[in-house]
Amino acid sequence: MKKYSDLEYLKLSKWQRFLHKIASFFASIPRSLKNAGLAIVNFFKNIFLAIGREISDICTTFVKGDWKTKISYVIMGFGNCARGQILRGLLFFLFELVFIFYMFIAGIIFPGGHGGAYWLSMLPSLGLIGPHEEYNMVLDSYTTVYGDNSFKILLYGVLTIFFIIAFIYTWRQNIKQNKIAEQILRSGKPLKSGKQDLHSLVDDQFHKTLLALPMTGIIVFTVLPIVFMILVAFTNYDGTHDGYNNSLFTWQGLENFRTMLSWSGSGNQVYSATFGEILTWTLIWAFFATFTNYFLGMFVAMMINKKGIRIKKVWRTILVLTIAIPQFISLLYVSKMFAKNGIINGMLLDWKWITSPIPFWEDPTLARIMVIVINIWIGIPYLMLIATGILMNIPQDLYESSRIDGAGPWKQYTKITLPYMLFITGPYLLTSFTSNMNNFNVIYLLTGGAPTNVAASSAAGSVGFTDLLITWLFKITTGEGAQYYMASVVGILVFIVVAVISLVVYGLLPSIKNEEDFQ
Amino acid sequence: MSTKGTRTHMGLKARSRISNTVIYVLLVIMSVVWLIPFIFIVLQSFRIESTWQVGYILPQKWGFDNYLALWNTDFKQWYLNTFIIALAVAVLQTIIVLCMSYTLSRFRFKMRGPLMRFMLILGMFPGMLTMIILYRVLKDLGLTQANAVPGLILVYIASSGMGYYVSKGFFDTIPKSLDEAARVDGATRLQVLTKVILPLAKPIVIYTILTAFMAPWGDFVFARYVSFGTSAGMNVAVGMYSWLQQDMISQRYTMFCAGGVIVAIPVTILFMCLQKYYVEGVTGGAVKG
Repeated sequence: MKKYSDLEYLKLSKWQRFLHKIASFFASIPRSLKNAGLAIVNFFKNIFLAIGREISDICTTFVKGDWKTKISYVIMGFGNCARGQILRGLLFFLFELVFIFYMFIAGIIFPGGHGGAYWLSMLPSLGLIGPHEEYNMVLDSYTTVYGDNSFKILLYGVLTIFFIIAFIYTWRQNIKQNKIAEQILRSGKPLKSGKQDLHSLVDDQFHKTLLALPMTGIIVFTVLPIVFMILVAFTNYDGTHDGYNNSLFTWQGLENFRTMLSWSGSGNQVYSATFGEILTWTLIWAFFATFTNYFLGMFVAMMINKKGIRIKKVWRTILVLTIAIPQFISLLYVSKMFAKNGIINGMLLDWKWITSPIPFWEDPTLARIMVIVINIWIGIPYLMLIATGILMNIPQDLYESSRIDGAGPWKQYTKITLPYMLFITGPYLLTSFTSNMNNFNVIYLLTGGAPTNVAASSAAGSVGFTDLLITWLFKITTGEGAQYYMASVVGILVFIVVAVISLVVYGLLPSIKNEEDFQ
Repeated sequence: MSTKGTRTHMGLKARSRISNTVIYVLLVIMSVVWLIPFIFIVLQSFRIESTWQVGYILPQKWGFDNYLALWNTDFKQWYLNTFIIALAVAVLQTIIVLCMSYTLSRFRFKMRGPLMRFMLILGMFPGMLTMIILYRVLKDLGLTQANAVPGLILVYIASSGMGYYVSKGFFDTIPKSLDEAARVDGATRLQVLTKVILPLAKPIVIYTILTAFMAPWGDFVFARYVSFGTSAGMNVAVGMYSWLQQDMISQRYTMFCAGGVIVAIPVTILFMCLQKYYVEGVTGGAVKG
């Protein structure tokens, strides 16, 4: 590829510059791939180096430390207590007790309960004994006896691993504290008392206090479920293998991904074709939903903001109604308005404009256009609000000086307004594109995915022409033949698509500002 | 010379009058399009001669029958459920979001960068995926079906820390020198938050409360999962969705309209009163990304 100097580049025509930009983007792909590869290698290298450093530090602390430190390796918090930091020491010791109790003792004390060690040991098999018939002496007949519970094994197995990691981290902190305490005492300073510790929680350690509650929620209700669901993609967990009542489920390796993505073979082909079809529509939908709203919303904002337009507030308030009224009311109602026996068709028939009802939701192409159009109705108000705020910030003298130079309204728009808007709202466009890809409400409430795509219906869930990946995922997880593992595969693929788009676009955006600069 | 000048002047004025007229026409058309569904829904809620969908707008017989009929269904239970959820979520979610965003805006600790990147990546997973397991866990805790309300509150607020972006953007705009001045005067971090920052952050606090309050009224998917098959645990969205399904729509269509009006009125009034703060939040969020 030819490299231009700055001067040569400026001499090029608009088209040549555009082509040059595209060419250089593709030319840079191998290099960025190489960089990404190197980054991953470095990442793992750094992790291993860090682990090595930690281990060597643990060893040297043990060798050089006094007896209090040495005992702390077995009884956590001993060193803290012995040096007068009772509060910290007790907390460490308590954590160790809880850990040991959970791992080993809980299973013995509670009848029918299991400790962490049990869950961990069952994790590789996800359960050995399924529900089976057993002879019952009392009833003198065969009854179903339930065995292991794969679902719980997977869930608590993951939880136990989280807990072990937390324990190792705490144990490491315990050792580090001993080392630091020794150093402080050696230098002749006093250690922090329990009271000071508590005070620091609302002062220099205040961030830990503030983050404790939100992070616990995120870890328990987001991170843990996501890890669990990623693992489900490698099992055969579905409606007929629910792990307890009818049959256990077990590890499948990459089998499900192969089913989803392979183009060869006869029986499985349906999945890859369906996935490709839905992904294409999802991308088309996200593109139109984002950009129609963006440009029309900007246009409406400019109309309302124009000098000489009166009752600006009234126009805005009317538009904002669609934000205020819960979507399930407005979308469900609008969806019924356009139904075959709905009010729109009814009126058109009454006025003799049409002779038979228009199949708004029955015709695939029409249904797809309809969801995009109705989404404009929902989406314009947001963009109008955002654009209004930004447009007001554009310095007015830019427009005045451009008018003196003879620029018309269109030129002003393409040379001033649009670049300014795009520059500022770049990141917003990206997030709104990805959230449109996952826009469950609009699609599900308007069409429920209909009309049904007969050709793809042998794949899990009854797939329709307006189904996005996210509504497909929902359909797979409900009903009799729920295939949780397939839903999980779809979810992972959605994640990959979103992540790749975000990474690529993020790199191209000009307006990623340094956070500190902004403040 | 002077005539030419006036002519262009007149021309400009005339042109701007024309373009303004065009804009007015467009705005009126848009307003009509935006209002039509809502006017229809109100009109149909008063129609008492039939309960199914019809092809005309103005009712032939007017009356409050549909509103009265709501009283005999589970609608009031759904409404109460949703209201309790919305109230609880508004309070708790606001606290959590403010904790999170204030911390990430003001404190510089070692894990801050990795934490924010981690949450960005987490946000790319479709949330729907976690519903299956959350449902099973809630079921084990006994928080589904008839007890869906506490279960839903728990799930809504638990992960709300991830939605810190908008309010963090707002906190970023409050000058740090204010914090530092207060710190120099001997205030602890807690005092800085409660005495200095929170009074300044009123718009974003109201924005957070407003969005948190409004979200449960529209939530459909997870609420349907959790309350599955038990009318007593449903929220308005789930309950009223079933009225528009094939088997119910001919008896319940006008009641859906009436219920929709009752749900929409308080939420809309609240929104309109606090619109100013909403606009501030939305604009700020988009600009700062």
